[in-house]
Amino acid sequence: MSVKQDKIRNFCIIAHIDHGKSTLADRIIEKTGTLTEREMQAQVLDNMDLERERGITIKSQAVRIIYKAKDGEEYIFNLIDTPGHVDFNYEVSRSLAACDGAILVVDAAQGVEAQTLANVYLALDHNLDVFPVINKIDLPSARPDEVCKEIEDVIGIEAMDAPRISAKTGLNIEDVLEQIVEKIPAPAGNPDAPLKALIFDALYDSYKGVMVFCRIKEGTIKVGDPIKMMATGASAQVAEVGYFGAGQFIPCEELSAGMVGYFTASIKNVADTRVGDTVTNANRPCAEALPGYKKVNPMVYCGIYPADSARYPDLRDALEKLQINDASLHFEPETSLALGFGFRCGFLGLLHLEIIQERLEREFDLDLVTTAPGVIYKVHKTNGEVIDLTNPSNLPDPSEIEYMEEPYVSAEIMVTKDYVGSIMTLCQERRGNYIGMEYLEETRALLKYELPLNEIIYDFFDALKSRSRGYASFDYELKGYERSELVKLDILINHEMMDALSFIVFKDNAYERGRRMCERLKGEIPRHLFEIPIQAAVGGKIIARETVKAMRKDVLAKCYGGDISRKRKLLEKQKEGKKRMRQVGNVEIPQEAFMSVLKLDED
Amino acid sequence: MRNNLELYVHIPFCVKKCGYCDFLSFSCDEHTQGKYADALMREIKAYGARMKDYTVSTIYIGGGTPSWLDENKMSEILDTVYTSFQVSKEAEVSMECNPGTVTAAKLEQYRMAGINRLSIGLQSADNEELKILGRIHTFEQFVKTYELARNAGFSNINVDLINGIPYQTCDKFLRTLQKVVRLKPNHISAYSLIIEKGTPFYERYKSDALKQEAGMPTDVLPTEEEVCRIYKMTQEYLDKAGYIQYEISNFAQPGYECIHNIGYWTRENYLGLGLGAASLIENVRYANTADLYEYMKEPAKNRTADEISRKAQMEEFMFLGLRMKEGVTRERFFREFGIPIDGIYHAALEKLKAEGMLMIREGRIALSEKGADLSNYVLAQFLID
Repeated sequence: MSVKQDKIRNFCIIAHIDHGKSTLADRIIEKTGTLTEREMQAQVLDNMDLERERGITIKSQAVRIIYKAKDGEEYIFNLIDTPGHVDFNYEVSRSLAACDGAILVVDAAQGVEAQTLANVYLALDHNLDVFPVINKIDLPSARPDEVCKEIEDVIGIEAMDAPRISAKTGLNIEDVLEQIVEKIPAPAGNPDAPLKALIFDALYDSYKGVMVFCRIKEGTIKVGDPIKMMATGASAQVAEVGYFGAGQFIPCEELSAGMVGYFTASIKNVADTRVGDTVTNANRPCAEALPGYKKVNPMVYCGIYPADSARYPDLRDALEKLQINDASLHFEPETSLALGFGFRCGFLGLLHLEIIQERLEREFDLDLVTTAPGVIYKVHKTNGEVIDLTNPSNLPDPSEIEYMEEPYVSAEIMVTKDYVGSIMTLCQERRGNYIGMEYLEETRALLKYELPLNEIIYDFFDALKSRSRGYASFDYELKGYERSELVKLDILINHEMMDALSFIVFKDNAYERGRRMCERLKGEIPRHLFEIPIQAAVGGKIIARETVKAMRKDVLAKCYGGDISRKRKLLEKQKEGKKRMRQVGNVEIPQEAFMSVLKLDED
Repeated sequence: MRNNLELYVHIPFCVKKCGYCDFLSFSCDEHTQGKYADALMREIKAYGARMKDYTVSTIYIGGGTPSWLDENKMSEILDTVYTSFQVSKEAEVSMECNPGTVTAAKLEQYRMAGINRLSIGLQSADNEELKILGRIHTFEQFVKTYELARNAGFSNINVDLINGIPYQTCDKFLRTLQKVVRLKPNHISAYSLIIEKGTPFYERYKSDALKQEAGMPTDVLPTEEEVCRIYKMTQEYLDKAGYIQYEISNFAQPGYECIHNIGYWTRENYLGLGLGAASLIENVRYANTADLYEYMKEPAKNRTADEISRKAQMEEFMFLGLRMKEGVTRERFFREFGIPIDGIYHAALEKLKAEGMLMIREGRIALSEKGADLSNYVLAQFLID
């Protein structure tokens, strides 16, 4: 199949979360007839169960669409969907690298939000041409004129002729399609040059091996070509090439410069494929690799353990499989006294952590125990050595520590005037440093703070939403490290230290946290035949204590008419409860307890 | 040799359902009661024909409030049992009754119908507590019923008590025991109040029950410590009064243990007749439908059958048998299952013995005092993975 380069448009849709990105994608697919109505299901591109349930896009997805434009020509659109949440900036970044342009969706009622800005800047960084679309004009609260002006003022891109649409009802979608043809540049690149393709995603198929999603920048790839991954050095022979239908892979003869598609090459070793790597022809390699992506570093770490220790190899296997199309996921083996063998895993943020945890549980049927998430601390030792601390248990003895540093972020919070006060209070409580405030318009302000990352990873986003009645939006980037007074809080259960429950905390908060942790654990740990003290300690000094009293007496019901099935159920429940527990010393601890540190701020 | 069979007959009717009760019972009109009794008799006949090889050793008529049913119907039901089954001459024939639902004439008729043991649901001798429980009678009405029963010639009477009632203290329950013991019933059962899901009490006391279970201070229910004190006091007081605790919650004068109940703990064959009744026959467990109209349409048909695996039989042998004061014997385990008990439960027995939960002496395994307090914990150890 030969496709003229000037008839191809590779683009993505970027937006703040909830501004209707996935709905617009659905509508584009529907309008171009890629899917029959019967096949059309809401949010076609969000094909992970999890994405549909949460209404968010986690993984990038791509689809090829054929559009007959008003000029009478047929165009091929490669639409690459991108996630909207701040945690998935990295995913956005790699999708953008496969595109030549981007549609910016802005909610006609909400206007420009923190993520709108962040995503536009990301797109501009990748030299993409961006055009705006005003969505949700069917809402009574829509104010498209103001929002257009806001886009021009705040972002500085032309917005007066932005299509005003309702992705929900399908209103004015044609305008968007026409503007894709007009405003998004056709790809460049010489199809006869040596192959140079950028890997922007991959997934593992148990029959075909790794499926590599790529954008061909130069040259051509076809079945039988010997290929080489430039960074990993792995080589293989192409078994299949193809492009993305809606929800399916459609094989084709070749992919040439400017096209987006996939190939398989019986790659069984997951580690051979690295997103961001350049694929070239082994016999006729290109001179140099593409710049790839800026490597992203995880910001949040936690321990993940299989609830059933026999499933440790399954967990490793699952993490490896998730990592091929989620390069931002890091993991390395670790052991815990309380939890056995597991992995210390690094994530972009707490949502990313939750998503991975849920995917592991659903897609791989694993039962997990997760320890409290933490950030990376820098420990400056007295001998001049500096270590990156991702696991609190590895904190050196205090006598060896000169000082510690913790990561800070620069945060931008956009909020309506009425909630400025309560949001400032929140930032203050979270040890934030006020940097400044700008009014974007009369009613909305942009607050700038520097906050310790540690203070925002648990529940900052939720707190922000509840204190602003959902009106605040939030974006942050890592600023760097600052010296801080930090201590390790240890938890002792029945006088034994639970390594999996230790965490690093700001010194002044240690007492309060320790006290609440003990209270929380008291509610989680069932009573035993003996009394169990729960203690919080800093540097060997006990700062809080609770006690789980010993069991004394069961109440006994009448056994009615020989119906013993009820009694059996009661006993089975008691026994089943035990199975979900971890035996540490002579104490049985429910797995939920290891997550309890997360819930400290709930009440 | 003919096999023993115990019969349980369920009468699911009550004048008014108590707030804590989650048994299968409800109030209904006389006409439906009559139709139910007819269906029950059809079921009795059907099973009587099928179970010719068994001798009935005990009959237990429970409820609901069986004494609310018309006494002529009750006689008819028992007559049907006698003509349909081979009933032993010495059979223990119990019936539950509630204070205020019987007269001298009614009791006389029960005697004539062959009932030789009455179980009277008193629950508490404190009229305030009776009101909290939602009982329809007072203590004075109970005494009257009790005296009528004695006068009618009932020489084997049980009194049912509940402890752990909201606001109850050890002293209050002691007064109940004193008042009851003064009347010299032959048997006393003392269960704890359980806040069961689906009852009005659950809505009322749910959170308090959770606090109690967690050993925390409670609002109206006695704390776990208080429940524990009540239990100990009950044991001591009834022991002094000449009652032997032969099972976790049951006390009897020598020779007055409830044979029917012991049958449940020793896994005798029993046939449950009536709405929702459960049976155990040659290691198959049956349960009748709990749907009244389905039952009345085809009383001997709508029941489910579950064969009990060998593993489950062993589990039941242990967790039912250990409810009895004298526990279980190694010898009987071997006789039933053909392997030594240690072949299955060595680890559990050792662990529980080390924890002081069991007394193991001369081939007999029984709960210790501590084990009886924490029986759910102990019994759960005998479930096999």
